[in-house]
Amino acid sequence: MSEQPAYTIFPLGDSALTIDFCNSIDEAINQKVLALFHSLRENPAAGIIEAVPAYSSITIYYDMLLAVRNNQDHKTAFEIMTERMEKRLQDPLSENNLPSQFLRIPVCYHNEFGLDIDELAATNKITAGEVIQIHTSKVYGVYMLGFLPGFSYMGKVDDKIAMPRKTNPRQRVESGSVGIAGYQTGIYPLASPGGWQIIGRTPVKLFDSDNKELTLLKPGDKVQFYSISKNEFNSY
Amino acid sequence: MTKFSFIQSAKMSLIVIKPGILDTVQDNGRYGYQHLGINPGGTMDRFSAQAVNFLVGNSSDEAVIEIHFPAAAFLFQQDAIIAVGGADFLPSIDGEAIPLWHPVIINRNSVLQFHGIKKGTQCYLAIKGGLDIPKWLNSFSTHTKACIGGFNGRALQKNDTLPFKPHACYAKFLSGKDFMILPWQADIKWNHFIPERISVLPGHEWSWIKESLQTDFLNNPFTITFSSDRMGYRLSGLPVHTENKTELISSAVSFGTIQLLPDGQLIVLMADHQTTGGYPRIAHVISAHLSQLAQVRPGEKIQFQVTDMATAEQLFCRQKHHLLQLQNACKFRLEEFLNA
Repeated sequence: MSEQPAYTIFPLGDSALTIDFCNSIDEAINQKVLALFHSLRENPAAGIIEAVPAYSSITIYYDMLLAVRNNQDHKTAFEIMTERMEKRLQDPLSENNLPSQFLRIPVCYHNEFGLDIDELAATNKITAGEVIQIHTSKVYGVYMLGFLPGFSYMGKVDDKIAMPRKTNPRQRVESGSVGIAGYQTGIYPLASPGGWQIIGRTPVKLFDSDNKELTLLKPGDKVQFYSISKNEFNSY
Repeated sequence: MTKFSFIQSAKMSLIVIKPGILDTVQDNGRYGYQHLGINPGGTMDRFSAQAVNFLVGNSSDEAVIEIHFPAAAFLFQQDAIIAVGGADFLPSIDGEAIPLWHPVIINRNSVLQFHGIKKGTQCYLAIKGGLDIPKWLNSFSTHTKACIGGFNGRALQKNDTLPFKPHACYAKFLSGKDFMILPWQADIKWNHFIPERISVLPGHEWSWIKESLQTDFLNNPFTITFSSDRMGYRLSGLPVHTENKTELISSAVSFGTIQLLPDGQLIVLMADHQTTGGYPRIAHVISAHLSQLAQVRPGEKIQFQVTDMATAEQLFCRQKHHLLQLQNACKFRLEEFLNA
């Protein structure tokens, strides 16, 4: 239990609202977001369709008609949902016991898969070997999922391997590609156009529509990568 | 017109005898999984899709086929009650024109096809009873990117056979004719195809645009470009930009969110939008006007106006109310007709 951080609530159109804790990538703030997310899943406020956590904000999609049900004083659905969220935020959020799994994920950093690893190394004035060593040395937090089914936004990567997105995104990034964008690292669960700097590929399936869990990673998980050879990749 | 003769299977189904450019099975969307990056998808024009479902006596969440032009041609292996609505692609049964927004009894071995674009972009076909296909995560909507949901996770192709749920035989009403138009229709003129002004609510980054550009945004039309699709409608018009270079951290976006891209391009996020984004959200199209917007064709112009939350909510409630009335009236008329 800890003190509530400052937040703002603003509408995202007429059927959703966003609770914004600050515009930054910060693990402590993300823990607050996830605590609120799990609290809303366990005990949803009336009118909620779903809650979507992001780095430092959470968006609540609501059913306008359900939200205003039994509303005597002509408030808008947005006002009613805002009040419900403010009330929820008065109680301290428990960040203890948030679901979190630790996963080790194999990555083949061979430049046949890591299309940008040599360029990323050169830009940061280190070797590809050092990129691998640095990328695999840290445990990353999964801050949020978005963009594609199962696409996890993880961070933060070390200064020495950070690099902005490509100016010209690729038309096709292969499924399993591991990338870096700024201080973020992530894995493409499906083949897709994309602008992240690709440094390797994992043989692990990140999204499986037949599996009840759907995605390997969930917001709040911890991930450490380890390097595998091309042979190990092919026989995985 | 020549009748197609197919070997009758016990299954009631319709067969795609000519593929269209993009015809998918959809419903009102797949909610509850956006935190895993799985976007809701669903019909582009929720209003028309629900209306055609109601016309055939279905509930609003039955699967419909969303059709674009050039459209598929469908052979009905079994008689059925259908309704076509949304965009007017000049539908016909066995070569004879049929109207939109009416329930129609179609005979077995008859062909429904579409001949041209009169107006709109999204046309909906509902079949009484609905399609007999599995749901994925509680929804019939096709997730084309993840290749799952809808019919085999993809757009319809030639020779696809889509089973519909078993229902009574309606052939007795036809006395051998190819089809019969039932005499009641949905009154949709109050709402549709009058995109004079699309109402928006200001977005969180609306103030990032200086006032003169805000005025320009509202006083000038935008053309929907030809690179628009189910993910987003791209707009071309007076350039909009912002001096604010704050980098936004990714957060959730919504159907109707208008994003300002770094190159000054505006994009309205549509049904297949990604769950999250990191571009300035300058405005949001109100829910009640999304159906109108969805029907605007590439090359056509739209103009925005700002409204307030109370008005946006009232318009949406009115639309819901109208659909509810339609649902009740259609149910009554259809039961009365079938039991006569």
